[in-house]
Amino acid sequence: MRFMMFMYPEIEEKDWEPTPEGVAAMGRYNEELRKAGLLLTLDGLRPPSDGGTVRFAADGGTTVSDGPFSEAKEVVGGYWLIQARSKEEALEWASRCPARGCAIEVRRVAEMEEFSQEVQDAYEGP
Amino acid sequence: MVGDVGLAEDMAQDALVAAMETWPTSGVPDNPGAWLMATAKNRAIDRLRREKTYERKREEVARDTGALFAMERSDFEAAADDEIGDDLLALIFTCCHPLLSREARVALTLRLLGGLTTTEIASAFLVGESTVAQRLVRAKKTLREAKVPFEVPRGAELDERLPSVLEVIYLVFNEGYTASAGEDWVRTDLCEEALRLGRILAELAPREPEVHGLVALMEIQASRLGARRGPDGEPVLLLDQDRGRWDPLLIVRGRRALERAEELPAPLGPYCLQAAIAACHARAIQPEETDWVRIAALYETLAQLSPSPIVELNRAVALSMAFGPEAGLALLEEIEDDPALAKYHLLPSVRGDLLEKLGRREEAASEYKRAAGMTGNERERELLKRRAEGVG
Repeated sequence: MRFMMFMYPEIEEKDWEPTPEGVAAMGRYNEELRKAGLLLTLDGLRPPSDGGTVRFAADGGTTVSDGPFSEAKEVVGGYWLIQARSKEEALEWASRCPARGCAIEVRRVAEMEEFSQEVQDAYEGP
Repeated sequence: MVGDVGLAEDMAQDALVAAMETWPTSGVPDNPGAWLMATAKNRAIDRLRREKTYERKREEVARDTGALFAMERSDFEAAADDEIGDDLLALIFTCCHPLLSREARVALTLRLLGGLTTTEIASAFLVGESTVAQRLVRAKKTLREAKVPFEVPRGAELDERLPSVLEVIYLVFNEGYTASAGEDWVRTDLCEEALRLGRILAELAPREPEVHGLVALMEIQASRLGARRGPDGEPVLLLDQDRGRWDPLLIVRGRRALERAEELPAPLGPYCLQAAIAACHARAIQPEETDWVRIAALYETLAQLSPSPIVELNRAVALSMAFGPEAGLALLEEIEDDPALAKYHLLPSVRGDLLEKLGRREEAASEYKRAAGMTGNERERELLKRRAEGVG
């Protein structure tokens, strides 16, 4: 099964740029994930101000806003997609991350086969 | 060979040999891989601090052994990491030792490297738990009695023994992919386990093109897992699959693994060639876009490298798609008397298909009927009977 690990850095945008030490430690961790055969893909994200948000109202209307958001602490800073045998294993690997003052949310990826046949049939293409 | 100087053994010895000697009495740890990592790493770091000459020794080994596992990093941590890597690699090679039967190799690999329990292995391969337990006990006994050393084979011996390792991993994958027995036609967990072992091996032995070839093949085949089953669990053939359900991430990973193999200075082996064929299919967004000319050429190279009537059969299909049914039929005529295909239902099934395309309906119907009588799979038999009636 697959798990998405979302990193919530809980930092201000101005502190977004990582330090060489932090990057080096994270590089070693990513390498461990790779060597253990778990890592499928990963990315670090630019701060919210380099992106934006599209909000959908109940009537279908959309509004586009630039980042940054008001609740800057609840933005994703990066993610890993891993393959693990169980939720426990995924959480175990997440807790080995050399991180400070942040949170990693571990979520299991929904696989198509888990949906009802009706839903599967309705689905076309990725 | 390094074993002669005792250096490789030296390095792999501590945690691992101790482990194999104590496991049979005190039981295998729940998660051997993690356990090994933890204990071996601490010991290795201690020892490295004592042995200042480690680096120099390592370089000698690298020089003597064609630098396959040459180390570039010099700090202790990195050296320790690599040493663990070698330990794990040695464990893989030991589990897949040619002295052991195929079943024993698979069971031992899943137990010691995959960390699966005897129960899990038994249910994965639909055999009794006691059978698996016996296989494991016997395998460990065989290894002990033959005094099989814990080491990564080097040079010519490595070339000899690597295929056995790749075979075990691919066997596990295929058991999951086609599930020869049991209700589920596909068992994803076994595929994932094999992929994981393959990815680990690729990081441990990055200079071996066939390791990347195997990983590439498994990644691309696994990308189709979600498209290979119809609503009633029936198999959906490659050309009939909904390609939108192929997993794009696994396809990208597969292609990248194949590129890694192609970048190495060695001719492509059987796994790389099969991966290249799989990649051809993956590239085609619609079945009609498939590059059958290239696929036929790849099958031809594969047939030269590892001749097999099954490969020829596949080549016949590719030839017929590339150049018309006659080209395929001509090749089938060459291999139809091969005893290996005497009971293989796909031979008459493919011939029936080609004859049907040529409008030779009666001949086609009799081939389909013959194929129906040969297959052991109920769903397939129904399909073949329907086709026979359809053209007859």
